[in-house]
Amino acid sequence: MPAMDTDLRVTEQTAAEHGLTLEEYARARQILGRDPTLTELGIFSVMWSEHCSYKSSRAHLKRLPTGGPQVIEGPGENAGVVDIGEGLCAVFKIESHNHPSFVEPFQGAATGVGGILRDIFTMGARPIAVLDSLRFGPIGEPAEAAPELVARNRRLVEGVIGGISFYGNCFGVPTVGGEIGFERCYSRNPLVNVLALGIARRDGLFLAQAHGAGNPVVYVGARTGRDGIHGASLLASAEFNEQSQEKRPNVQVGDPFMEKLLLEACLEAMAGGAVVAIQDMGAAGLTCSTAEMASRGQAGIEIDLGLVPRRESGMTPYEVMLSESQERMLLVARRGRESELIELFKKWGLDAVAIGQVTADGMLRVLEGGRVVAEIPARPLCEEGPVYARPAAPPPGSQAPLAEFALEGANLGAGLERVLASPAVASKRWVWEQYDTMVRTNTLLGPGGGDAAVLRVKGTRRALALATDGNGRWCKLDPYVGAMHAVAEAARNVASTGARPLAATNCLNFGNPEKPEVMWQFSRAVDGIAAACLALGTPITGGNVSFYNETLGEPIDPTPIVGILGLLEDAEAALGMRFRQEGDRIVLLDGDSAATAAAAGRATLAREFSSSEYAKTHLGVVAGAPPAIDLAAEKRLIDALVELAGSRLLRSAHDVSEGGLAVTLAEKGFGTGGLAAQVELEGSEPAEWAVFGERGARAVVSVDGRQLARLSEVAAKYNVKVLPLGRVARGEFRIAFNGREAVRAPAADLEDLWTNALARALAVSPPRSRMNG
Amino acid sequence: MKFGVVVFPGSNCDHDAYHAIGNVLGQPVEFIWHQSSTLEGLDAVILPGGFAYGDYLRTGAIARFSPVMGAVERFARSGGPVLGICNGFQILMEAGLLPGAMLRNRGLRFICRHVWIRVETTGTPFTCAARPGQVLKIPIAHSDGNYTAEPETLRDLERHGQIVFRYVAPDGREDPAANPNGSLGNIAGVSNREGNVVGLMPHPERAVEAAIGSADGLVIFRSLVESLTRQAPATA
Repeated sequence: MPAMDTDLRVTEQTAAEHGLTLEEYARARQILGRDPTLTELGIFSVMWSEHCSYKSSRAHLKRLPTGGPQVIEGPGENAGVVDIGEGLCAVFKIESHNHPSFVEPFQGAATGVGGILRDIFTMGARPIAVLDSLRFGPIGEPAEAAPELVARNRRLVEGVIGGISFYGNCFGVPTVGGEIGFERCYSRNPLVNVLALGIARRDGLFLAQAHGAGNPVVYVGARTGRDGIHGASLLASAEFNEQSQEKRPNVQVGDPFMEKLLLEACLEAMAGGAVVAIQDMGAAGLTCSTAEMASRGQAGIEIDLGLVPRRESGMTPYEVMLSESQERMLLVARRGRESELIELFKKWGLDAVAIGQVTADGMLRVLEGGRVVAEIPARPLCEEGPVYARPAAPPPGSQAPLAEFALEGANLGAGLERVLASPAVASKRWVWEQYDTMVRTNTLLGPGGGDAAVLRVKGTRRALALATDGNGRWCKLDPYVGAMHAVAEAARNVASTGARPLAATNCLNFGNPEKPEVMWQFSRAVDGIAAACLALGTPITGGNVSFYNETLGEPIDPTPIVGILGLLEDAEAALGMRFRQEGDRIVLLDGDSAATAAAAGRATLAREFSSSEYAKTHLGVVAGAPPAIDLAAEKRLIDALVELAGSRLLRSAHDVSEGGLAVTLAEKGFGTGGLAAQVELEGSEPAEWAVFGERGARAVVSVDGRQLARLSEVAAKYNVKVLPLGRVARGEFRIAFNGREAVRAPAADLEDLWTNALARALAVSPPRSRMNG
Repeated sequence: MKFGVVVFPGSNCDHDAYHAIGNVLGQPVEFIWHQSSTLEGLDAVILPGGFAYGDYLRTGAIARFSPVMGAVERFARSGGPVLGICNGFQILMEAGLLPGAMLRNRGLRFICRHVWIRVETTGTPFTCAARPGQVLKIPIAHSDGNYTAEPETLRDLERHGQIVFRYVAPDGREDPAANPNGSLGNIAGVSNREGNVVGLMPHPERAVEAAIGSADGLVIFRSLVESLTRQAPATA
């Protein structure tokens, strides 16, 4: 037995500097039965950081529904796995990279993409799509923020988009969707959530569970350097202040070319049968991958740091264990086949070195130069970390005055123009043209093509649909209802393409969990997601929690982002969002037949209206509450849309969301070469609500007039209301309400506003990114 | 008849080219690893898009030293048809098999979208099945597609009919606004003097089925099949 490394004495003071509380430190000592070495302290501090241990969220996440016949792997593995038939499964997960992206937007976003892609191919799946859910501070209206803040927000947008584009394009995965929002609260804390989807054979899945004592542990990929040390604990698990930019050395640097080699080499190695288990080295690097693989496999792992390929000399064991250098994998090989694996990786120009072995004693044992520098029981380290039931209390309710409705008969055209040109609603073409949206030739509906991205599954007739959604403004006003809307809208988006929603993944972006009101928001949002996922039949299969999204004590709006995956049995039935044919009928499908807007009463409508995109953009009001939500109505609409699309009865479908009916109708004409909606609305509610109100469970479809009767039959089966609104015309966009003109404008003018608003707001400057190809 | 798709470390449109030839066209096709030093048994070679060697240093600058490039050069010099798509085009220029060079796109950004290109010559094995002046809707996806060449080279290209594709408006009109990257003379693709080596920035392998947005790229692969079929009796 080699001697223990006792060179440095660890004290409570050292533990505190590593972010461990007194209780946590005591627990670590209890698990060890002695004082930890410095390396061990480093290991405990990252494994028990908020980012890795979920210590504040774990108790709440248990309330999420995670099961279902379609679920093959739920939360706990590197990504969720769902059965999609024909012996195939979809592997998908969303993750945040918020703090690194604020400190260094280009590399922060790039490594966010790299990290989630590794999570996917670690499981034996080839990544086929990426979606990004992004939130920034204001970039357009100087009234919304100080000029220097607007300028910085624009640089953040440029940097983040550049980083995503740089990494995804080179790696060779299409970036096909997502959403981008702008609110003041994200100025000093942008959100970068990346969702990746892969496909694997059901019998070709790999788990991160070390098995078979004596099996060699093989290190693969980039060499280990000092970059990213304490990324998980210092960057991701603490609030920001004015000195946060100094944390730049904690941000990792990404190399998508190396990752592409890793992808091909790992998939080839897995297919060859010499791999027992595999995990990427992401947050907490070598520490997390060894400890988690050992713990999940109920085994131990022993490694010798002297064998780890290094980028620089003089690194201490502490630094090697905590490095977050990118593009590295750890795998357990079948004994006797390691040289075959090492040859294979060499073919791809990658370092592969056996650095240790699986043991039967359940210990994570780390040696360097014949000395043991760390020896920790793996399972307690991973599974018996701190769990907190942090106090939760609602924040004081909003007293902001509600919006007032315009007088009946007022022209609403100016309001529509404002909303269409707002960065939140405007076309994101400027962004997605920088992404390779088509590589791998599976993209049936890319960005802007449909409400969700749709990718075919080659070798089958099937296709997968994916959408993300989240409304921080609504969640701030009511985290329970707001979170339900996030699930419902993502599911509605998926169903609008004709796909049946199958399963969900979520990224929960919140402020400091040590504040009771943040914890309350979190708890309520989890309940909302749980209720909606249960009602819509989309279990949560994975995701992540990002706390401490606040700078200078100011938390972001609670922003749960939900990604929904759907399945189309027949890829050819995939439905786009735009009008296809002049003369087609325009129909509103409304699942909410029990509680219509008219029945809600004017006071309720005013409260709901005050939280709308229109109220914020045009009236400058953010108040009230998110629209009431009826999950059964959402389900009825989803089921009806899926059957209608499958029966080929529709020509297009687009759900009603930000900006209400007016924006939905306008967007359906954009990009069609001049088709435009001409509709007449009727109702007892105020005109402004009818045109811009944002109640859920609604979608606008276009349909050949001869199919209207069949459409009504199907809708009736699901108790979904069918409201014929008008026709697809050409040239002029028109909305009348109760017989009076509400909006009338040349469609081309509206389209120009919508198409170019983002580039104009950004006053586009040349990027500083490095991108070839 | 057999097609080869070269795989460099960092190629990422290799599977797409393989799918287009093997599954859509139903022709025999195989991957050629970049370490291979022979192309024996192949009738046509495709250098696919991607980021070979990460495009570090300069696009295509490292890939041209891969062992397979010696074989590609011999194959090309002996008249074998070689198609370079996007990054493959960049590699062929670095290898001296095609004239010209690439600058960053005029807007300095990566651009991915459908563009329209016009067939300027049907005198290559990759365009012989197209109509002269035929307009094809094909996507681009690159940040270094701003083709440039010495004035003398450009004159030579024009004189010898080596400009194979130009960016045009959807109706086939020449229009500077239809040029997505600022390339000289709206050039989207060129050939060598003999016409058997062609490079283009747009991705025909991404335009082989209506379901993915366009099937206009098929004519390029069909041309190749036709020209090889015509040749076959002579070489058999």
